[in-house]
Amino acid sequence: MSRFYSTNLPPDLRIIKEEIEAYAREYGLDFYETIFEVVDADDLNEIAAYGGFPTRYPHWSFGMAYEELRKGYDYGLSKIYEMVINNDPCYAYLMRCNHLVDQKLVMAHVYGHCDFFKNNAYFAHTSRKMMDEMANHGSRIRRYVEKYGEDEVEAFLDRCMSIDDLIDIHSTAIKRRGDFSRYDFSDKSEEDEIKTTRFKSKDYMADYINPPSVIKAEEEEARKRMEAVARSFPEQPEKDVLLFLIDHAPLKNWQRDVLSIIRDEAYYFMPQAQTKIMNEGWASYWHSTIMTQKVLQPSEIVDYADHHSGTMAMHGARINPYKLGIELLRNIEQRWNTGRFGPEYENCDDIDARRTWDRKLGLGRKKIFEVRRVHNDITFIDTFLTPEFCEEHKLFSYAFVDQTGQYVIESRTFEQIKKRLLFSLTNFGKPWIYVKDGNFRNRGELLLWHSHNGIDLKLDHARDTLQNLQFVWSRPVHLETILEGKPTLLSFDGNEHTAKPMGETDANRTALAKAR
Amino acid sequence: MGQKIERDYQRFRRIVRGKVKSNLSKYISRGEMIGKKGRDFVSIPLPQIEIPQFRYGQKGSGGVGQGDGDVGQPLSSPQGDGEPKAGDQPGGHILEVELTLEEMAEILGEELALPRIEPKGKKNILTRRDRYTSIRQVGPESLRHFKRTYKRALRRMITAGIYDPFDPRVIPERQDKQYRSWKDTPLPQSVACIIYMMDVSGSMTDEQKEIVRIEAFWIDMWIKAHYEGIETVYIIHDAVAHEVDEHTFYHTRESGGTKISSAYELANKIIDHRYSPQEWNVYAFHFSDGDNWGDDVPHCINLLKDTLLAKLNLFGYGQVESPYGSGEFFDYVHELLGDHPNVVASRIPDREAILGSIKEFLGTGR
Repeated sequence: MSRFYSTNLPPDLRIIKEEIEAYAREYGLDFYETIFEVVDADDLNEIAAYGGFPTRYPHWSFGMAYEELRKGYDYGLSKIYEMVINNDPCYAYLMRCNHLVDQKLVMAHVYGHCDFFKNNAYFAHTSRKMMDEMANHGSRIRRYVEKYGEDEVEAFLDRCMSIDDLIDIHSTAIKRRGDFSRYDFSDKSEEDEIKTTRFKSKDYMADYINPPSVIKAEEEEARKRMEAVARSFPEQPEKDVLLFLIDHAPLKNWQRDVLSIIRDEAYYFMPQAQTKIMNEGWASYWHSTIMTQKVLQPSEIVDYADHHSGTMAMHGARINPYKLGIELLRNIEQRWNTGRFGPEYENCDDIDARRTWDRKLGLGRKKIFEVRRVHNDITFIDTFLTPEFCEEHKLFSYAFVDQTGQYVIESRTFEQIKKRLLFSLTNFGKPWIYVKDGNFRNRGELLLWHSHNGIDLKLDHARDTLQNLQFVWSRPVHLETILEGKPTLLSFDGNEHTAKPMGETDANRTALAKAR
Repeated sequence: MGQKIERDYQRFRRIVRGKVKSNLSKYISRGEMIGKKGRDFVSIPLPQIEIPQFRYGQKGSGGVGQGDGDVGQPLSSPQGDGEPKAGDQPGGHILEVELTLEEMAEILGEELALPRIEPKGKKNILTRRDRYTSIRQVGPESLRHFKRTYKRALRRMITAGIYDPFDPRVIPERQDKQYRSWKDTPLPQSVACIIYMMDVSGSMTDEQKEIVRIEAFWIDMWIKAHYEGIETVYIIHDAVAHEVDEHTFYHTRESGGTKISSAYELANKIIDHRYSPQEWNVYAFHFSDGDNWGDDVPHCINLLKDTLLAKLNLFGYGQVESPYGSGEFFDYVHELLGDHPNVVASRIPDREAILGSIKEFLGTGR
């Protein structure tokens, strides 16, 4: 940190911290040491604009985030309550001017997050020294700025940010590639490679035993096979587009480093997006449990209730992850306490019996601890969302209607709600983009593939993103996608964009033109 | 504001304002935040830059919401920002949050690359006055504040239980003593006066007055940004000149001949009476269609040369184009330019020319 906040906890807060920490441990929460820093609103806005880290690389986008936070705070529209970083030790920030009951609530909430960071499987791969790494990233990029100029580095960062979501979210759990590069670029003469079957023969029998025509055909076949292998690069469509670019794009060293910084940070932040509902739900569950059962003074009840309900409130029709998360967790706890799970319950058709079902198992707490360890938002919703829950919480699905250009309530059926919800969570609600061929048309062009699942790409954005990819790849870039039901190849060659229906080649196009 | 974020923030502002050459300009959107001020909704401008990424289009998209409503009912704004509630309120119209004048002046200065005004002479010296309005624990005995010292001593003795009402002697100790002390009060001395003069003879149309109004507004703002106190004087003239208030200045239309010298004489008189150049930075701007009574011209020029210009920081002559006027006065003023650095003459044929003209007027940094 280049500047020092006077961030020590004042004694009164320190006492509260120790008290709440003790309760949290008593309940079985397990977390890294947590350091609370007390900062002013303006500092908190700054830290929040930097994603919670005191030092990041220089980029205008943080300034943009800061303006929004600051204006929101200045005009009394929004206020950051809590800010906590997945790090060992965990850092959390308290706003100096907050009321005491707010500080208690925030602390209890933060311990929920810290426990989640440490124990949820999807955070297992994240660096716990990210505070330092972020600062290192910052100084590396600052050095490039000094050396290559602000405009150049910033322009490249902008391009990287345009593609920073093209990563493989499951790669941290699945080994998709060997430890060594599969691609071999060394020059091998073809003669070494192509070996045809030759049977031993006397000279005068040679042409008979190994007929030249057969050998030729065999050679031809082998060459074709080799070319096919050489051309399919990568072997399977590669979802980690960033890694592919880092490995194979003709970048300068500093550019490669910048791109890898962006990729590292994307992977670090990924699990937080992957578990937003669960993480916030878990933290809210614990702040409400700790506050209402242990910490609250009678005089603080009203303020607490006010702020808790503020956090849980819905804005318009949007889903609030805090609310959905806490309610689902409570629902699970209650179901496992009463034994409302398993085939016996599932197969019970008697509504009255279901409604009063209670096996007095008391497994709820244990179950939610297990849930927080093994699930992410997608598996969480997939496993635990029930029709009863949807009905109780008035969930509905909405869809875009072309004719009116509006979003309209589509359905209140369980299947449709679940489908829409899972869709919006899958791959963070973003399209699936793969690298299909790094040597497309055998001209070193890059072919990407959009795995279409019902929704077309936003075309203007897709074009501009292609432009950024083209800059990084430096050769023409193509994207296979489907537009309005037709397979289409979007291309950018450095000068102009084209969109060609697939299956149509340049050759037969010119033939077609000539015929006309 | 922290140093690091300040840097990023300024960078962002510069990109948004187009000060930095960047590929991002096409992604800038004029976002807003809806706030509440009393009973009104206010729109807080919030420019955003959206970096392009692969995204789903709207067609076929959807999501999940929570709340009441029948199937088929449109949502007010499922993903839109802001508060859908704003739409439900009858007549809840939205006001723009204004830029502060300082912000606006800053933008103007940046856009036109205006030099900052250097107030001339000693007039920009801030005088400091020491005023004995404060209290300290130490000081010379001559400045001891008897009443406060007595009170503190009395209080100490009562709380210590050694005060005897029958022997009411109060003996101050060192810790009781309070001394008068002074505070620096800066008295701003850089004050300015702007005199606007306008020809309201029959040949000035409403459109031309509008041009004058816009130009005067920006000039006003820029000069105000540099001085602590500003006074404005409005003079209209045809064959005779009058001092008027702002409203009259912009809304009067008279007819008759034109004698520019009448306005200069009045301005001169006002300066002598109220705004002595020793204490004031005086600015004068004259807007006319350049048509003057023939015999009056030499008189005007002499007035300017001999008396008026010496008293002014800046004399600006703005000539609007009129279908009737000959516009010859511009040439006479233009001749003064060589000898007098504080004269600026500018032509303002139409609204588009206003910006350039402001730059001419204020580009001198006087």
